Amino acid sequence: MNSPSRSAAFRSGVFDILPVLAAAVPIGLLWGTLAAGKGFTPFEAWLTSATVFAGAAQFVAVDMWREPVPMLLIVVTTFIVNVRHLLMGASLQRHLGNFSRPGGLLAMFLMTDESWAFAERKVLAEPLRPAYYFGVALSMWLVWTSASLAGAIAGRSLGDPAAYGFDFAFSAMFIAILAGFWKGPRTGAVLATSAVSAALAKLAVPGAWYIVIGGVAGVIVAVILHREEEEGPVAGERAAEMQSEKSGSNVGSA
Amino acid sequence: MSDDLLTVITIAGMALATYLTRIGGLYLMRGVSVTGRLKAALDALPAAVLMAVIAPTVLATGAAETIAAAITAAAAFLRLPMIAVVAIGVAAVVALRALP
Repeated sequence: MNSPSRSAAFRSGVFDILPVLAAAVPIGLLWGTLAAGKGFTPFEAWLTSATVFAGAAQFVAVDMWREPVPMLLIVVTTFIVNVRHLLMGASLQRHLGNFSRPGGLLAMFLMTDESWAFAERKVLAEPLRPAYYFGVALSMWLVWTSASLAGAIAGRSLGDPAAYGFDFAFSAMFIAILAGFWKGPRTGAVLATSAVSAALAKLAVPGAWYIVIGGVAGVIVAVILHREEEEGPVAGERAAEMQSEKSGSNVGSA
Repeated sequence: MSDDLLTVITIAGMALATYLTRIGGLYLMRGVSVTGRLKAALDALPAAVLMAVIAPTVLATGAAETIAAAITAAAAFLRLPMIAVVAIGVAAVVALRALP
């Protein structure tokens, strides 16, 4: 697994994530200023971004932050906002066959919507290499923590990202990634179900449950439309799949 | 307990809760043979979750976001480089929001 070289794979990951990094800077700055407004020191803001490393949950937590700190409520809400990671991890763990056990655990620590999406897109074409994944995920971590820290030090609002359309950059990127998953009308049915369920759930259910509801609804349609006879990888492919699944599951046997 | 300590403990609690969701997926599927309907479900999962993440922005924010999403999707299906797709989407949403 040395062609192309490890550093080339890392650079390719950094290059792929560049548009996301450009969008993450103003959003990280904004989060830092909001945290500072709630009394976070720059160190505390950096610590949150470095260890929680989950944008949506961090915005929700800062919004709920008051004196005295409602600790349990914030921790439980953080868990609920991030419950989608369970689904994402269940899918991604199938592709961690080339990762060492500590590498796999670090990969999961660094898993964001964005790094996960790039990894899932990569495995459509070739097996996932640790160097590529960490090129994506470490750049994201470095930019997010730096922007949060800078925002907390600046301590005043730098303006609304929506004014420049940066808030839409993440949606645009996800649309670009989704196009790579297109396999025909059946994908359309899955996407339509997921989109409509999630949008309705967003209006009806508080918090971030809409992501789980939409994801599960889409998966249910995929299962309903699944036809056993169409599933026919030749024996060699099946064996290779089982092999990679076996090594992938070793990551989880800590 | 000082406010500072409580803040750091809360941050640690958030970090722990988040990491549990991140590694939980590894253990969820341990020892399960992934074939048939389960494989179909897992294969569909990435696209279904990605779609769900952006659905409220795309469908329930306003006409500008919905139209910009359609323009972005058209650019994506033309197989333009991702940075071009994102630039087109952002430019479209800025232009559409500026309309009276």
